[in-house]
Amino acid sequence: MSLSLSFSFSLAPIRRREKKQQPTAMDTAGKLNSSSSELDLDRPNIEDYLPSGSSINEPHGKLRLRDLLDISPTLTEAAGAIVDDSFTRCFKSNPPEPWNWNIYLFPLWCFGVLVRYLILFPARVLVLTLGWIIFLSSFIPVHLLLKGHDTLRKKLERVLVELICSFFVASWTGVVKYHGPRPSIRPKQVYVANHTSMIDFIILEQMTAFAVIMQKHPGWVGLLQSTILESMGCIWFNRTEVKDREIVAKKLRDHVQGADNNPLLIFPEGTCVNNHYTVMFKKGAFELGCTVCPIAIKYNKIFVDAFWNSRKQSFTMHLLQLMTSWAVVCDVWYLEPQLLRPGETPIEFAERVRDIISVRAGLKKVPWDGYLKYSRPSPKHRERKQQSFAESVLQRLEEK
Amino acid sequence: MGNTSSMLTQYDIEEVQEHCKHAFSQQEIVSLYQRFCQLDRSGGGFISADEFLSVPEFAVNPLSQRLLRMLDGLNFKEFVAFLSAFSPHVSLQQKIEFIFKLYDSDSNGKVAFHDMLDVLRDLTGQFISEQQREQVLTEVLEEAGYTKDSMLVLSDFVKILGSSDLKMEVEVPVD
Repeated sequence: MSLSLSFSFSLAPIRRREKKQQPTAMDTAGKLNSSSSELDLDRPNIEDYLPSGSSINEPHGKLRLRDLLDISPTLTEAAGAIVDDSFTRCFKSNPPEPWNWNIYLFPLWCFGVLVRYLILFPARVLVLTLGWIIFLSSFIPVHLLLKGHDTLRKKLERVLVELICSFFVASWTGVVKYHGPRPSIRPKQVYVANHTSMIDFIILEQMTAFAVIMQKHPGWVGLLQSTILESMGCIWFNRTEVKDREIVAKKLRDHVQGADNNPLLIFPEGTCVNNHYTVMFKKGAFELGCTVCPIAIKYNKIFVDAFWNSRKQSFTMHLLQLMTSWAVVCDVWYLEPQLLRPGETPIEFAERVRDIISVRAGLKKVPWDGYLKYSRPSPKHRERKQQSFAESVLQRLEEK
Repeated sequence: MGNTSSMLTQYDIEEVQEHCKHAFSQQEIVSLYQRFCQLDRSGGGFISADEFLSVPEFAVNPLSQRLLRMLDGLNFKEFVAFLSAFSPHVSLQQKIEFIFKLYDSDSNGKVAFHDMLDVLRDLTGQFISEQQREQVLTEVLEEAGYTKDSMLVLSDFVKILGSSDLKMEVEVPVD
């Protein structure tokens, strides 16, 4: 299997790339111990993305002492990773260039701050409060009184959720341009989008009441999740629980089968990324056996950086930051629905859709799993490097 | 995360530059400082092993544990000195010295058979048996004129690696 995906970023450190030695057919006499860890052939090959080095500089020739002692390629890779690495870059929120240092611009900036904090912010809080009052006073009666009339209740709830999301978007002076056909309520379809902040969900929800699969959050967000969003058909998961995955997978499958369930929205990156890059998509959304409709979201950073760096800010602080900025400007593209091609694995499918989204939104792809924010990479990657080096050593030993 | 070079004064930059023997330009030192602060999330003035391992590209490197032994607890000045071996402006001798230091884990100035075996084990993992590793190493040592009991010093390393076109350079991204 080959993935012809390009990987490029502008600040790549120059690393000495030695062409990885192609492993030759293994000696069946058993000279090479086969790996006990399975080589997951389904995984996109990270070696395609990363420069790989083997200590054997010349591809042929007898094995010499200096070939074994010369660890410079491996060291260069390590130093390159210390100096700059593609994963950390995905979560870097670049502080905006200060433009207010000039004597003419500084008063203007001060004036801007006053307008934002003393005029816009209170107005927005008012708008949001109004929205909540309207929403709660309509939602609670509808939810409780129309218990028997499910279709009508669901329809009204959908409209109300879309309404409160519109109020949220208005409270940040959100200017959202939607491109493409609006999502429809059909069975056997799933929507996937790139993830920058929790507000992605609100922006999309304003147009269509999706059922989303989210990490269960603490605090007031969790309260909202368990009450209002529950009625939309949202599904919860817990990143830390391993058993959770099967239960969630089943819930997903059940949901997409239902004809009048709200369309399902999944963020396959699994974590918030800074809207310049995309990390690898998890294959869960792509093995449900249904149409995948990609959505690309791109925020315009001039007005505010919408990236929610969950390690640095709580969601409340993030919202307050948005509410004291000028505007949230973004583009949303609803892209052409994709189906699993014959002979394509779910991982290849996921990468293909990631490619489509990244191209549309102008994002660069990196070969890392977003969950590496919370955990270490699997030893498989290191083992692959070790294996390629070991094979070339043994192969050159044969060439006596 | 450190985000402005105003955290680093001109004196600091010059001091660091002196310490690393001018291996990096002043702009590169500023970039390295930003990177240092980015990695040093706890703000302790040094990057812990855990913080280094949070960089996936570093964590998958077979020599990461050996490097961590050299990197642990370094302050910024020492961090730059450590990386100076990877500067294009530094001599081959210094690069070979760095490699020697990595092999010489007990810092006694001598690299023994077991030191070389340890590094080879890190690089090949479980894909070669211990026996094969010893065999390969003994064979190439003997071919180069040493024995299994030889203790290699820095000049031996220079002799062995000096003639090769050793390339060990990393470019520091400068905004």
